[in-house]
Formats: sequence, structure tokens, C-alpha cells
Amino acid sequence: MKRTVPLFLAAATGFVLIVASFVPAAGSWGKYAVDWFNILAALAFVLGGGSLLSQHLKKISDQQAGWGYSLVTVVSFLATLVVGLGKFGVAPPTLHPDKVWAGDYKEAGSGFSWIFDYLYTPLAATMFSILACFVASAAFRAFRAKNVEATILLVTAFIVLLGRTYAAIWIGDQADWLASQVVDPAIWHPYVTGLRLDKLTETIMDVFNTAGTRAIMIGIALGIVSTSLKVLLGVDRSYLGSDDR
Amino acid sequence: MIDVLSNLDRRWVFAAMFVAVGWPILSGVRFKEEPSEGVRRVFRAIEDLPEGSTVLMALDYDPSSQGELQPMASAFTRHAAERGHKIYFMTLWPAGSPMIERSLRIVEQEYPDYVYGEDYVNLGYAPGLEGAIKAVVDDLRGQFATDARGNSLDSMPLTEGLRNIQNMDLLVNVSAGDPGAKQWVQYAATPHDIAMVTGTTGVQAPSLYPYIPEQLDGVLGAIKAAAEYEQVLSVAYPKFAESVKAQEGLRRMGPQLVAHLLMIGLIVVGNVIYFVERSRGPGGRR
Amino acid sequence: MPHHPTRHGLGTLLFAVAATFPGLSFADDAPGDAAPPASPPAPPTDIVVEDRPDDAGDGLVVRWTLSKDDTEDADPRTVLKYVVERKPAKGGEFEQVGESTYKQPEFEDEVDHGTAYLYRVVAVGRGDVRSPAAESTEAVQPVLQWFNGRRAWFGILLLVVCGSVVYFIQIARRGTDLYIRPIAGLEAVDEAVGRATEMGKSVLFVPGIQDINDIQTVAGITVLSRVARTVAEYDAELVVPTARSLVMTTAQETVEAAYLSAGRPDAYREDDVYYLTDEQFGYVAGVTGTMVRDEPAACFYMGAFYAESLILAETANSIGAIQVAGTAMPSQLPFFVAACDYTLIGEEFFAASAYLSGEAHQLGSLKGQDVGKGIGATLVVLGCLVLTATTLFTVRGFDVGLLTAIGDYLTQNVLGDGGLSR
Repeated sequence: MKRTVPLFLAAATGFVLIVASFVPAAGSWGKYAVDWFNILAALAFVLGGGSLLSQHLKKISDQQAGWGYSLVTVVSFLATLVVGLGKFGVAPPTLHPDKVWAGDYKEAGSGFSWIFDYLYTPLAATMFSILACFVASAAFRAFRAKNVEATILLVTAFIVLLGRTYAAIWIGDQADWLASQVVDPAIWHPYVTGLRLDKLTETIMDVFNTAGTRAIMIGIALGIVSTSLKVLLGVDRSYLGSDDR
Repeated sequence: MIDVLSNLDRRWVFAAMFVAVGWPILSGVRFKEEPSEGVRRVFRAIEDLPEGSTVLMALDYDPSSQGELQPMASAFTRHAAERGHKIYFMTLWPAGSPMIERSLRIVEQEYPDYVYGEDYVNLGYAPGLEGAIKAVVDDLRGQFATDARGNSLDSMPLTEGLRNIQNMDLLVNVSAGDPGAKQWVQYAATPHDIAMVTGTTGVQAPSLYPYIPEQLDGVLGAIKAAAEYEQVLSVAYPKFAESVKAQEGLRRMGPQLVAHLLMIGLIVVGNVIYFVERSRGPGGRR
Repeated sequence: MPHHPTRHGLGTLLFAVAATFPGLSFADDAPGDAAPPASPPAPPTDIVVEDRPDDAGDGLVVRWTLSKDDTEDADPRTVLKYVVERKPAKGGEFEQVGESTYKQPEFEDEVDHGTAYLYRVVAVGRGDVRSPAAESTEAVQPVLQWFNGRRAWFGILLLVVCGSVVYFIQIARRGTDLYIRPIAGLEAVDEAVGRATEMGKSVLFVPGIQDINDIQTVAGITVLSRVARTVAEYDAELVVPTARSLVMTTAQETVEAAYLSAGRPDAYREDDVYYLTDEQFGYVAGVTGTMVRDEPAACFYMGAFYAESLILAETANSIGAIQVAGTAMPSQLPFFVAACDYTLIGEEFFAASAYLSGEAHQLGSLKGQDVGKGIGATLVVLGCLVLTATTLFTVRGFDVGLLTAIGDYLTQNVLGDGGLSR
């Protein structure tokens, strides 16, 4: 029972929406499904928040390793919540100055926007920037010419890395100049411009990369169709948890 | 030497990357770009529209990807305003509203003749992920009762007759992930034949190339494409060549060059270590 | 209209002057006798109103022939835009419903179902001078279509692919042996969990950063089910931080069920499956923090990933964890392939759930996918052959009428939105 009802709901919603995409009059049904999902997800925030608090409060009270981080998490969480919900520093809207609580919590100058601009933005940008360091360390550690495929990958990486910067233009210009000292450029130029690193990068991205990506995407799309179908038909039920077995 | 390198603490690599990016930023070194055909395609999509065309500017990114995407958003905004198009800003990302503000500031400061509500409008954040795209495609009013500033859509000339975005002349999207360019292509541009261009992070760009040219008119991938776009813009509109603000992307190509060279250096060193260790026989790593 | 000073300043000034002195006119074809600042453009002609096909009976398409003043060589432009107005056929006033820019002789209008409408179109020039209106002669009522004909081919392909998936699942149910090639990444699951057990360390499972409505998250949860069962059997420890509340509740249910089916319900701790934050990089900071502090021996990344993929994988590498990743995000695959020990690439990731379930009939779905791949490959090859042949034969001067027709049908009907015959 615990699994049958959800299974039925999933199947019914899924198949109705598939059919609806072929019936113009039912075109907006998908939107309602999305609305329902958003309502559920919003309610689940309470569960998530509860989980976060209980997890970290427990760590703090047990003084587990790294409980100081948990303290920072809990304090930041509550502070942001209070400042946002309490609409600290939010002015009433110009059209309705008497409605004190009607202002937008995100408007410029509010406490929440201060947190956003001066805490959240630099923190998020920092985490993203760390990626550059990890790309470098991964390249240093893992990018080895172990076999023919890896070597092709390596050469391609060199071309694209250079082709995406001014280095490609500079190298191309130098090569052009050198070659033109020997032979008249008019003779060979049309045949080799495509070999300049920046052009080669374009070709690699537009032709080889696109072809490969397309193939992977077709495979993924079919995988999605068959996985979805298994979920809708109830062939795959592992996401539903245990039944009354 | 090889042993030192092969056991190198990766924090040295991080430090090298820090210097490789930091030094060119501080020294302000800049290079000329040669715009690729793909970038020119994106440029023409905005340039060739008749003056006064309607452009939906969907800015779906947040502060973490701002470093990579803001130059594109700024360049798109400047270009559209320069051509006299009507601009509708919106975002599918909750943290995207402050990103729109940055573009609005460009319009307000550099195009004083542009009137809010007549020439540009900020619809703000649309919750509901890709569902929000379907909503604005079918029934914009169901999604947005007012603009981001609380004005009724009926009170502004730009939005009073607007019921959905199907008649937009162009959809310009700046996208850091999902929902973003892919969903705009799937739910708006393709089913309703809306012309669309997009600017995305370098990582995401390859997955969008397959949509060109049928479903997507062009993609700007990463900071390199943003820089090229700025180059085309400053050739077409020389005033941008003199404006430092309009060259955010070009200024970031210096760090990119040095960082890429560092990467190549690291890969070469890594491979030297690999081959030396392999030649030492079974003791080496395989 | 934004009057940009650099380009329209002079024009605006001239109009202002013209308006001040009624006798003056700067328009090229100004009539001798005074009055308006510029003469109105010629009206558009031949207004045709048709039902918008394949809709819910709520759209009409208005087309017209451009005003004869709407030409490229007019500088400044005589026609700036067209204004479309409509009224219900039963009476009422014409109201403006939209605009189209110059050179655009078409407008799609959203209307009420069941009402017939009349339309008129006006060409508008500089200074808002308007041409006489061109009116449609017949009232047109939108028609509702029950089937979206434009998606006919999409429907056929969907039926064939879904049909073959179902068919092969049935075949497998009847006990027919289906060969599926081994996937290295999947065989590594047991190895990784085993190693964690030997080392007395935990297993970390990251189900991506998207919500449960993303099919990749569902596939990830399916893999989690199997990982959790192995963990329970080996008596190891499992930690699942999630980026969405709904994923947390789903994962809790799944892990609990897995422990139950492994006969170890007592070993399940709800606290080990917990929510961190929806915020992408906040989540990354949380997970990498856990990695560095707890040093799990095995890390699984199964679901939808973005820029965090490499940050996770490199951090786990620095603590020496064995890593298995699976995702259908093409952009993140290279990072996982470079940094992890095993990676399930795209469809392999979806195949994993069938493979790991150990149920023979689930493997049937993989064979069904192969039919879809067959159709895809056939269309690609056929399309390439036809279009290449068309080009080659055109160059040699052969008649390519049939080939062109096939090529057009493939691109516009089978793959496009032309439906069965349009």
C-alpha cells in the first residue's frame, strides 16, 4: 500500500502529461504539475532546515571534531533567516508608503541585500574560483600520455588551450611571417589558414566536439526515455523506499 | 629533481595558478582579439534586427559565475541599447536579480534617453525553473503580475499589450547552468520559432553547439568569446573602444593567457615525470 | 521610441522645426499643401486572417502585403512599424492588439476561443503619422485542434522507442537471455565499498545537486539503493549529504529500505542522510569539509553535476579515496573521467540502475534503448547520404527533385515541426 499509491500517482501523472503534450488544449497541464512540485519542494524546505539544525546542534552539543564550523553554520543560517524574514532595512514601497511590510526583502539597501552583496557574493565567487586551482592540479596529476587515445586528447588540449588565447594569434602571425620569407604567401596562404591554432580550435569545437557531444546526447536522451518509462511503469521502484514487506 | 616534482604538494600548483591569474590582472595587460565566425553570428543576430525590435534578456546566472558571464551580459545590454531595441530583463535564478541590476545600471548611466517602462523593463525573478519558461511562453501575466519594482504591467507602454513572449524578435540568454540556455532552446526558442542567442560558461558551451544553427543562432562560450564580442562591438561602435568599462572581457584575456600557459607547462612537467618514472622500470607508477 | 542623440538627434530636430512652421516639410514626397509634418505612408494591403494551426483554438495569424513605402532604400525609413487592431465581429470598437516592426508582414494574435474577429492593420511612419487602415473582409473564428499535428513524427518515434523498451522488458521477463556488455564502473561499486570496510572508513555518496524531479537524481537514488545494500552487508558506514530537501527524504527512504532488505535494519541511522543547502557552492564547501575531516575511503558521485564536479573529485583524490562517478551532464564528464577511478558516461549511468538491480527484466529496457539508437543512427546516415548526394548531383547537373524532396521531408517533417504532410 505504501508503495502502490505513490506508484499509481506517478504513473497517472506521467502518462497524462505525455499525452497532454500532443493535445494543444492540454498544453498548460505541465505547468500545473510544475506548480505542484514547487509547492511540495517549498514545504520540504522545512524538513531540510530541520535536518540542518538538528545535525549541527547535535555536533555542537557533543563537541564533535569541527563543531566550531557547525556553530558558524547555525549562526549564519539563523541570522540570514531573521534578517530576511524580518525585512531589516527594507523601506515601504513608494506607491504605498503606509504598508510598512510590503517592501521587497531583496531591494538595494536592505539588510538581506547587504548579506548578499558583501558575504554571499564573495564567498560564492571564491568557491567557484577554486576550480581554476583544481583544474591545474588535476591537469598536473592526471593528464598523462598513457596510450594513443590519451595522447590525442593531450594534443587536442594543447591546441584548444592555446587557441583560446592571444598566444594562437601571435604564433600564427610569426609562422606567417617566417613562411612568407621563403615563398610567396599568395601561393600557400589559402591552404594553411585553417591550420592556425585559433581556426583549428574552432574546427575542433565545431566539428569533432559537436559530433561527439551529439552522440552522447542521443544516448543520454534514450537513457532518459527508458529510465522514465521504467519509473512510470513501476519496473524500477527503488526510489520509493520499502514496502510493507 | 623528478622526485621532488612527483611528490610536489599541490598547494604549490595552487600558488602558481594564483600568481598566473593575479599578475596579469594587476599589470592590466591586454591583447587584440580576432573575432571568430561564431561570435560574428551572435553579433549579427542583434545588429541586423530592425531598430526598436523587442529583445528578451534572460540573465540566468549568479554571483559565483559573474566573473565569467558579466562581460557578456554587459556587452549584450550595450549592443541592444545602442541599436535602440526594447529590452525586457528577467531571470530564472533567485540570485539573478542583482545581476540584472548591474545591466540596468549600464542602461541608466550610459543611455540616459532610455526610459524605464517605455524602452526597457525589469520583470525580475521568475520562480519555477523551466516551468517558468513555459509560463512566460504561454501566459506571461500568470507569471508576472508586476515588474520587479512593483509596477503593474498594464501601467507601462512596453508591457501593456504583452501577453507572452512568443512575438519577441530575439531571445538573448546569459546562462550559467540549468535552468538556462538548454531549457530556453527546448521550451521557448524551438517550439515557438523565436530567434535566440546565448552566452554561457566555457564548460557549458560545447553542449550547446549541437543546437546551432537550427535551434540557436549562436553561442558565446566563455570569456574568450566575450572578449571577441567586445572587439566586434568596438569596431562597429568606436565609442566602446575608448571605454574601459566596455572591455571587461578583453581585460580578462591576460589572466586567461598566462593561466593557459601555466596549464600547458604543468601538463608537460607531469608527462615528463610520468615518462621518467616509467623508464625507471617497475618501481615507477603505471 | 528611444531617440538616441547620436543617430536621431538631427531627425528629431527637423521634425520639431517642421511642426513649428506648418508650411515646411522635410519629407521626400511631401504634398505641396501644408498640413501634416510628414505624409502618411501607403497602407498595407491584402489582409489575410487564418486560424493558427495546431493550437487550442486560441490563436489567429494575420498576414498582409507590406506597404509599398516599406522599402530598404527609403532613408530615413518611411514605415517604422505596423499596428494591428482587432474587434469582435459581433460589434465593438477596434482595439490595438500588437505591433510588428517594418518588413514584418505577419502577426500572431492570442484570442478568445469561440469568438470571430475582424482585423485591420495600419502602417506607421515617423512622427506617428498613420496610413489609412487596411481591413480584413471576413470575420474569422479560431478553431480548436485535438491533436498537435506538428508533433506527429515526434509521437511516432516516441511510440516506437517506448514500445521497444516495453517489448524487450516483456521478452526478458519470459526468461530470454539478453547479452549486456559489462560496465567497468559498476563492477567497481563492490570493490570500493569493500575497501572502505577493510580500512574501517566511511562511504560518501553524493546524489548530484538537482532536485528529485530531475531524472538523473532518480537514477542516482537507484544506484544509492544498491550501494546502501552493499554497505549494510559489509557493515560499513554510509554518509549521504544532499542539496535538496526532497532528495534527502527520498534518499532516507531508499537507504532504510536497502538496510532492511540486507537484513540489517538496526544499522540504519537517519542522521547519516542529511540536508546541507540548496546553494551550489555552499553545498560544495560542506561536502568537501566532510571529506577532509572524515576522510571517507570511497566516494560516489551519481546524479546531475555542474562546476562542483572537479572540486569534489580533486578533494577526494587528495585524501586518497577511491572514486566512482556517474552523470549525464556532458560538460562535466571530462572532469570526472580525468579525476575519478571509474566514470559512468551518460547512458551507462542510466543503464546502471537496470544493471545493479540484478533483475533480468530491467535489462530488457537497455535493449529497447538500442532500437532507439538504431533509429537515430539510420536517420543520421540516411540524412547525410541524401544531402551529400543532392549536392554532388546538383553540381553535375542531374535532376535532383526527388532527392531534394526526401531531404526536405527528413529535415522539415521527420525532424522538424512539419508534421506528417505539411
